Amino acid sequence: MSFLVLDNLQKCFGAVQVVKNFNMAIEKGEFVSFLGPSGCGKTTVLRMIAGFETPSGGTISIDGRDQSRLKTNQRNIGMVFQAYALFPNMNVFDNVAFGLKVAGTPRAAIEARVKEMLALIRLEHLADRYPYQMSGGQQQRVALARALAPKPQLLLLDEPLSALDAKIRISLREEIRQIQRQLGITTVFVTHDQEEALSISDRIVVMNAGRADQIGTPSEIYNRPATRFVASFVGTLNMLDATVVDPAEHTVRVGNQVITLKETLVGKTAGEPIVLALRPEAGSLQGSGDTTLKGDVLSSSFLGSVIRTKISVAGNPVSFDTFNAPDLTMPRPGETVDLRFSSGDLLVVRD
Amino acid sequence: MSVWTRIVGWAVLIFGLLYFFLPLSGLFEFSLKARRGVYSFDAYREVFADPQFQATFTYSVVMALVTIVIGILIVVPTAFWVRLKMPWARPYVEFLTLLPLVIPAIVVVFGYIRLYNTASWLPLTGSIFGTNTLLAFGYTILALPYMYRAVDTGLRTIDVATLTEAAQILGAGWFTILRRVILPNVVPAVLSGAFLTFAIVIGEFTLAALLDRPAFGPYLQRIGANKAYEPFALSVIAFTITWACLALIQFVSRFSKAAPARH
Ligand SMILES: Nc1ncnc2c1ncn2[C@@H]1O[C@H](COP(=O)(O)OP(=O)(O)O)[C@@H](O)[C@H]1O
Ligand SMILES: [Mg+2]
Repeated sequence: MSFLVLDNLQKCFGAVQVVKNFNMAIEKGEFVSFLGPSGCGKTTVLRMIAGFETPSGGTISIDGRDQSRLKTNQRNIGMVFQAYALFPNMNVFDNVAFGLKVAGTPRAAIEARVKEMLALIRLEHLADRYPYQMSGGQQQRVALARALAPKPQLLLLDEPLSALDAKIRISLREEIRQIQRQLGITTVFVTHDQEEALSISDRIVVMNAGRADQIGTPSEIYNRPATRFVASFVGTLNMLDATVVDPAEHTVRVGNQVITLKETLVGKTAGEPIVLALRPEAGSLQGSGDTTLKGDVLSSSFLGSVIRTKISVAGNPVSFDTFNAPDLTMPRPGETVDLRFSSGDLLVVRD
Repeated sequence: MSVWTRIVGWAVLIFGLLYFFLPLSGLFEFSLKARRGVYSFDAYREVFADPQFQATFTYSVVMALVTIVIGILIVVPTAFWVRLKMPWARPYVEFLTLLPLVIPAIVVVFGYIRLYNTASWLPLTGSIFGTNTLLAFGYTILALPYMYRAVDTGLRTIDVATLTEAAQILGAGWFTILRRVILPNVVPAVLSGAFLTFAIVIGEFTLAALLDRPAFGPYLQRIGANKAYEPFALSVIAFTITWACLALIQFVSRFSKAAPARH
């Protein structure tokens, strides 16, 4: 049995259904990210786990225990909010101590635990500061310590980094991940930033309009996107519209060029339109590859170590990167070139 | 800033100060004239020596403090709940809290006497404690418009919903949230509501007179009708003490840890 189980979770606000048939099982100690564009329902799922919203259908269980009858303050969950939400009337020490005081922890134990938490986020020297006397990054670290101090069974983070500037965002996300590993706490991290999700997660749930489109490890999500949405949202995949020629032979037509795929075309019929995806680093002009597509060069830019070329294959724009070499001639716009790649790199994408 | 705007600014300020202080200084000057031909504090001596003065003033101060406490206990949770759970109800609640400005105190007090007289189901006017309670609640009603507005404005300066959720997920219940998170953050607002409540209660006449309680307002009126110089001395004293109280509250709030300066 997984630690956190979301079973067929639904949420409607009035007539609008914002979370649909959401299923997910998270293991103890796992770091899972919910990734998706703004408005796709990430926060709503998180708020249902926290008990701020009541599901319209489905169940949430933590450690085998159904949560539907528990109020927020009975769930023993830690949460970090996008806007920090530190208590402005309390200094750092009192903020971190809040959950312990509410739980009636003895004074000495509170003191020790708060010290331990402040050491974890390396802010022992700021114990007397008030929230308004600190930078955003410091405030968010205090918020993390505050959430972790009462030893919650689950940690929820709702876009905790999106209010911070780029440099702090990267260092803090590494810090969050390192603290999470150290404590072994099961964590759900919500973000709309694909790089953020790819870099720190054990697994990622890509959400689209209230549904989980794909659940997988970062490399599965990036290398084998299951749907067109995942492919376009994660990374910079090229999309090609194609038509099935012969499902048994794995042949498809892009414009008037027929190529053979490695992937099987189960359940497809001849003449059916499909979408293919190609990662930008998979194609090249000179390299080896068992498959070739002709295209017209749209543009070519020199980026130092790589050259990024954009060509049009039967009306589909395709970008690809090739490593720079001194003897390389850059393709000129208007020129017709052969794009080579391995047929295994061409993915069939669901809609 | 041009010279002209500066001059106009100063002129307005000086006019305002004169407008405010000239009558006060006239009042003060007259209160010193109890003895013919020379300035003296005779009138003040008379006032301070009057046991009635001490009794009524103390009574009103205590009533003001009780009113402030009742006001806080009613207004802070209400304003909090309306903001958090029933934002659609805000205009109605606001309208309701403004009614005391429209309904004269005399109407309120006659309503009270009809509802809570000795023959009613809740004979509050039958005992001194009951009448005092009634008076305190009456004062609370009079102060409601100011208290509610002040607290509601104070709540606007914090993110009530998120702070409430942050406290809930840390295990806090409603009482803890109100006492430890919401109230401390609206202390400056509550205090400004408290100042006004204090000022209203100290001078209030109608409720106290009709409920026949020994408050400062009716005493002031009685002296004013019967003496020449003492009422003026009394006014100056009342002013001074009220201001001193307000300054004290300010001072306490400035140095209390509960209300750190905000950026
Ligand atoms: N309390 C609410 N009442 C009505 N609609 C809401 C409420 N909360 C969220 N929504 C709607 O639900 C959708 C999903 O919101 P949310 O979960 O916040 O998305 P995300 O966090 O992925 O940006 C949005 O269209 C939003 O407008
Ligand atoms: Mg969100």
